[in-house]
Amino acid sequence: MRNDKIAVIGDKDSILAFKAVGADVYPIKNTFDAADTLKKLARSYAVIFITEEIAEEIEDVVNRYKARPYPAVIPIPGAKGTDGFGMKGISKNVEKALGTDILK
Amino acid sequence: MARLNVNPTRMELRRLKTRLKTAVRGHKLLKDKSDETIRQFMIYVKENKRLRAEVEGEVSQALRSFMLAAAVTTSQVMEEAVAMPGYSVELETSEKNVMSVIVPQISVKEGDQKDLYPYSFAGVSAELDGSIANLSEVLVKLIRLAEVEKTCNMLADEIEKNRRRVNALEYVMIPQLEETIKYITMKLDENERSNTIRLMKVKSMIENRD
Repeated sequence: MRNDKIAVIGDKDSILAFKAVGADVYPIKNTFDAADTLKKLARSYAVIFITEEIAEEIEDVVNRYKARPYPAVIPIPGAKGTDGFGMKGISKNVEKALGTDILK
Repeated sequence: MARLNVNPTRMELRRLKTRLKTAVRGHKLLKDKSDETIRQFMIYVKENKRLRAEVEGEVSQALRSFMLAAAVTTSQVMEEAVAMPGYSVELETSEKNVMSVIVPQISVKEGDQKDLYPYSFAGVSAELDGSIANLSEVLVKLIRLAEVEKTCNMLADEIEKNRRRVNALEYVMIPQLEETIKYITMKLDENERSNTIRLMKVKSMIENRD
């Protein structure tokens, strides 16, 4: 069941800071781990933040949660800064809905 | 466009006419729904874009100063510093209905917060304080972003689905029904005419007999 907390998935350096503000952090080592962790956390968390780097690698798993209200799986920039994956997601949404990205 | 495979009878005609009426009405309703969903979607997506730009900048900033703070101490000290957060964030989750799409509504319910900095100031560098303060400020925005982005995802999905329905009605169902109705009407008219001609013929034959 949902426990109304925040989970953060990513490489250890990027996400340790989130622990201090009260989120649960799940450091992962490789892509395989990431997909597994996400699947497990999706059952219990309402909001899951995932660093862009990893979200990009396991995009198919992330996309699986798009059609449901919960959990919200949201890409965030890691310690290296943003690589535009999150913004690309928005463009993709617009394109899907309207046929073309009019916000460029 | 192929017509439906039905018998050209009056009963069938009546049935098809009702179906056509329903289809046209449904098409109009779905089209209206599509327009309104897109309007709502545009509002959300603009907010999504604005929020994401802001949040991405702020999070990167906070994480960078966290990295800097981590660089000047050992990783054990760092982990120890944040291991027992004195600050807990609870979310209040509910659901909202936007154009009959069930979207999440999330708000932050801040739990019992004792101290934002759960470590001794002596052990770590000052950068960590700034980083954590920034991060806790941006957290509310992050949650809002989560809500808005999810809503956008779901609306985009719904718009796509709805467009398929509208197109199926507009380009398949309605033309098919119209064509079939036309076919049945013609066939019935043709029967009517041939019947009249037959009667006229019979009449003239009777008249010519004597």
